[in-house]
Amino acid sequence: MQVLMSLQEEALALFARLDTPHALEEAKARYLGKTGALTERLKGLSVLPHEERKSAGAAINQVKGILERALQQRREALVQAQQERELRASALDVTLPGRQHGRGATHPVTRTLERIETLFRSLGFEVAEGPEVESDDYNFTALNIPADHPARAMHDTFYLAPGVVLRTHTSPVQVRYLKSHGLPVRIIAPGRVFRCDSDVTHTPMFHQVEGLWVAEEGVSLAALKGLLSEFMRHFFEQEDLPTRFRPSFFPFTEPSAEMDIGCVICQGHGCRVCSHTGWLEVLGCGLVHPNVLEPLGIDSERYVGLAFGLGVERLAMIRYGVDDLRTFYENDLRFLKHFQ
Amino acid sequence: MKFSEAWLRTWVDPDLDAAELAHVLTMGGLEVEALSPCAPPFDQVVVGQILTVEKHPQADRLNCLTVDVGTSEPLPIVCGAPNVAVGMKAPCALVGAVLPGDLTIKAAKVRGIESQGMMCSARELGLNEESEGLLALDAQAPVGQSLRVWLDLDDQQFTLKLTPNRADCLSMRGVAREVAALTQCSLTPPIFISREANPEFGTRTVQIDAREGCARYGGRVIHLEQPDQPTPDWMVRRLERAGLRAKALVVDVTNYVMLELGQPLHAFADAALTGNLTVRWAREGESLTVLSGQTLALTADLLVVADEAGPQALAGLMGGQNSAVSAQTQDIFLEAAWFSPGALAGRARRLGLASEAAFRFERGVDASLTQEALERATQLLLDYAGGGQAGPILDLVHPEKLPRRLPVRVRPDRVRRLLGFEVAVDTMRQILTRLGVGLEGNDVGWTATAPTWRVDLEREVDYVEEIARCVGYDQIPMQVPRAPLRAIHLPERERSRQTVAQRLQARGFQEVITYSFVPPEGEQRLAMQPSILNLLNPLSQDLAVMRSTLSVGLMETLVFNLKRKQEQVRIFEWGRCFLPARDTDGLCAQPLRLGGLWYGTRFPEQWGIESESADFFDLKGVVEELLPSGASFVSTQHPALHPGRSAEVWWNGQSIGWLGELHPRLGPSYDLSRMPLLFELEWIPLTRESWPEYGPTPRFQPVRRDLALVVEESIPAMTLWDALRAAAPKNVADILLFDVYQGAGVEEGKKSLAFCVKIQDTERSSTEGELEQICQELIGVAERRFGAVLR
Repeated sequence: MQVLMSLQEEALALFARLDTPHALEEAKARYLGKTGALTERLKGLSVLPHEERKSAGAAINQVKGILERALQQRREALVQAQQERELRASALDVTLPGRQHGRGATHPVTRTLERIETLFRSLGFEVAEGPEVESDDYNFTALNIPADHPARAMHDTFYLAPGVVLRTHTSPVQVRYLKSHGLPVRIIAPGRVFRCDSDVTHTPMFHQVEGLWVAEEGVSLAALKGLLSEFMRHFFEQEDLPTRFRPSFFPFTEPSAEMDIGCVICQGHGCRVCSHTGWLEVLGCGLVHPNVLEPLGIDSERYVGLAFGLGVERLAMIRYGVDDLRTFYENDLRFLKHFQ
Repeated sequence: MKFSEAWLRTWVDPDLDAAELAHVLTMGGLEVEALSPCAPPFDQVVVGQILTVEKHPQADRLNCLTVDVGTSEPLPIVCGAPNVAVGMKAPCALVGAVLPGDLTIKAAKVRGIESQGMMCSARELGLNEESEGLLALDAQAPVGQSLRVWLDLDDQQFTLKLTPNRADCLSMRGVAREVAALTQCSLTPPIFISREANPEFGTRTVQIDAREGCARYGGRVIHLEQPDQPTPDWMVRRLERAGLRAKALVVDVTNYVMLELGQPLHAFADAALTGNLTVRWAREGESLTVLSGQTLALTADLLVVADEAGPQALAGLMGGQNSAVSAQTQDIFLEAAWFSPGALAGRARRLGLASEAAFRFERGVDASLTQEALERATQLLLDYAGGGQAGPILDLVHPEKLPRRLPVRVRPDRVRRLLGFEVAVDTMRQILTRLGVGLEGNDVGWTATAPTWRVDLEREVDYVEEIARCVGYDQIPMQVPRAPLRAIHLPERERSRQTVAQRLQARGFQEVITYSFVPPEGEQRLAMQPSILNLLNPLSQDLAVMRSTLSVGLMETLVFNLKRKQEQVRIFEWGRCFLPARDTDGLCAQPLRLGGLWYGTRFPEQWGIESESADFFDLKGVVEELLPSGASFVSTQHPALHPGRSAEVWWNGQSIGWLGELHPRLGPSYDLSRMPLLFELEWIPLTRESWPEYGPTPRFQPVRRDLALVVEESIPAMTLWDALRAAAPKNVADILLFDVYQGAGVEEGKKSLAFCVKIQDTERSSTEGELEQICQELIGVAERRFGAVLR
């Protein structure tokens, strides 16, 4: 019995010491194999007296069971240890950056245009377009800007040929749209416009969004104020944004107004951007002049129109704090990447 | 329009300070652009008179003065100014005065001599940028009086940013009328007494030939005793604060009356005129040297006042040098005329002449002013030129050519509808009456007659604006806009600009916006056919021609960014190009296009990826993602592209763009060692969104068979591929090209194209024999049509 116990001790100690599956299987053979120590003992039972044989056999089988279980545990432990070693070896530095493909952004002017479009769409305005090379007629005459108006002088307008200009505003789209669509009309017309002017605060090309709403009901100066204030509050995401309207003059609207918003940079206290007035001029607007509607066959007694035109770069500059207009058209990638 | 507050207050004096007045004007539609003090703050500066002048014993350049400042004892003052003289009056800063620049005047000894104050120049008082010596004051200046009072230095200068319709406010009287109407104050115009005309004085005979340019012409001959008398200080001050420089009495008076009443005047030296005057269009070949010194070749669209020798003035624009008045001219012919806006429009700008008169005539002058202006100018001239006499006033009028002022119907209901809120009829009537509008009829509708000075009031809507602005735009409520709900149509078969842009951005492309006009040499280099759409008046040679391709701007953007050390540039632009072909409006064609450029590596620089240049197929992969289904590529020749690495894109039977590598020949022009990849596509096809075509999902597994076909190198892969697809039976779901191989095992001059044939049965599974038959058929097509051999 004593011998059996020490055999068990010895085997268990050996299994625990071995650290490869191969060595473990060799050790198994030493105890449990055909000529293993325990197997030999079982064979030796036959020489024992009959009455001892049973209890001695049970003792050996018990030890055999213990050893087999220990072997199995050790085998699993070794496999697991092996796997762990392999996983450790294949570990990554997860702090390294992921594989980059690079990502581009929308130009800030387009980004601003898209926000304007989205807002006006939500207010029920459709988006219309018109040509950039435009006839003198659509750009001026049809908009009640007679031939001797100062704005028609070469100084402001780019000419391609006599009677053919680069549009100086998006307003001609009003006329084109009214000509080709039935009333009522509710549109905005975004796009490029051109003026023969270039300095710190002017680029020869810039963007405008024209708005036009002609209907039998609902259009008035009060509605114009409400509409544009609603737009500006949402554009600048400021519910209490102050707005004010001042009388102004555009040949194609009457009455005409200029709209100011409370300076969003200094909150109206006065700063460099608002020339210490607390107000920023953001757009021109008014009720469409009957001289524009009537030549299109629209009864100006029955229909009233409102129109507005806003400068996209100006809104972008105010919104994003860009202080130099010209940077929009240099396309320096280091500038543009700020708008990702 | 600039003017002095003090001058305005002589006309109308509301109980408002300058800032409040500015606000009222701005909110009334006369935007006050600037309100600036006429002098910086300083005090304790008085009118001083120099009593004695002695050389300073220790300093050559200094003088020791005694100065009377109205106190019992004259002050001893040491002064370095060169223009000191006994009896001279000049500003004297007393001890304790604080001058601009925080200079405090103290009693001091200057090189041993006591000095109790400082005599001042205009610069030291901040009245002028530059000045030499002491500011000499008029002999009338009362000794001891505060300089601020004497020179009216507490005055402020208003600068109005007038809209072109408000020509009536280009005078003091006009602005005063506005202020009176907006503040409900009364007007107090200056009173003057017209001078008796001397009937013995002749007048010049004037004839108007160009009646459409000149509907009224007034004038008179005036003889002045002392035309070289100085212009009075008060007039100089008002002129200067209106932004005009004082010159000499006659010119100053004509300018002053123009500023006061709004009627431009011109004075001719009478002796320089020969015979009768004619207002007519200039004749080709005539020339005139104008007051600014330029000699102009005249054209038939310029209105002139001519005598029998030829043009003497550009009518309403600028006088001629020959008949210019000087300080010695005693006999003048003073002109006050009404020239039509059309006769002056754009002329001053075109000729490069700055003219206050033309500025007013272009915008429209009140045609009733000529006589009054002549009378006022005569009175001022005779008062300040030491007397003289004036001849009878000539007044030629062609009423049929004067602006017609038809009465307009104004209906209170219409006003309410356009404003969108309630205004009392009484309020409307009061406002219009205050503005000088004549109203007849009852409160359902008036017949309104505009005052002569309001040339802008033509239609009912103009009166609506008058009522709105006088009520105050800020009084108009903000109304939530109301309209019937209407869905905005967004077609499902259309892809938005945003969607396409997002695909490009996800592939690393940054949007740029470049000018629509480009340098001609850029067009020469990059366009298929360089643009011939030249601007008639470009800002510069770099912005002279309308782009026919987006590549020009993209290449400029590349170069700009490479100079700023960017190594990888991926950019795109969406916009119009301009082609000479006429569209339906008779304008040029202006197609919208999408263009892009890829320069440098395939990936941004990073760990774990070898830095490799992007190639044709990188860009083609991007382009393919944008194209509508059914687009194909064929090899092409484009002058700006590598002949072997460029393709034209076809869709629906038409060419819709191209892509390729920049021609290496162009590398040096842009200082590039490796070539960028470029593409340009017509926009409209890109907006075609594919439509989902539903079919039941097959129950059987797909089967794959691979075929490697060896063909001549010159055979385009797409041709073979298309033929295989066309020949495939219905159960072939797709054929993919998965490998292209040349090298060991493939004969020189040939290539191996490996296709994967995906067979997808829907009814039953094909047998092995049927699959083999499909492959054999495809191989057969490849053999017969392309001489292909199965590898």
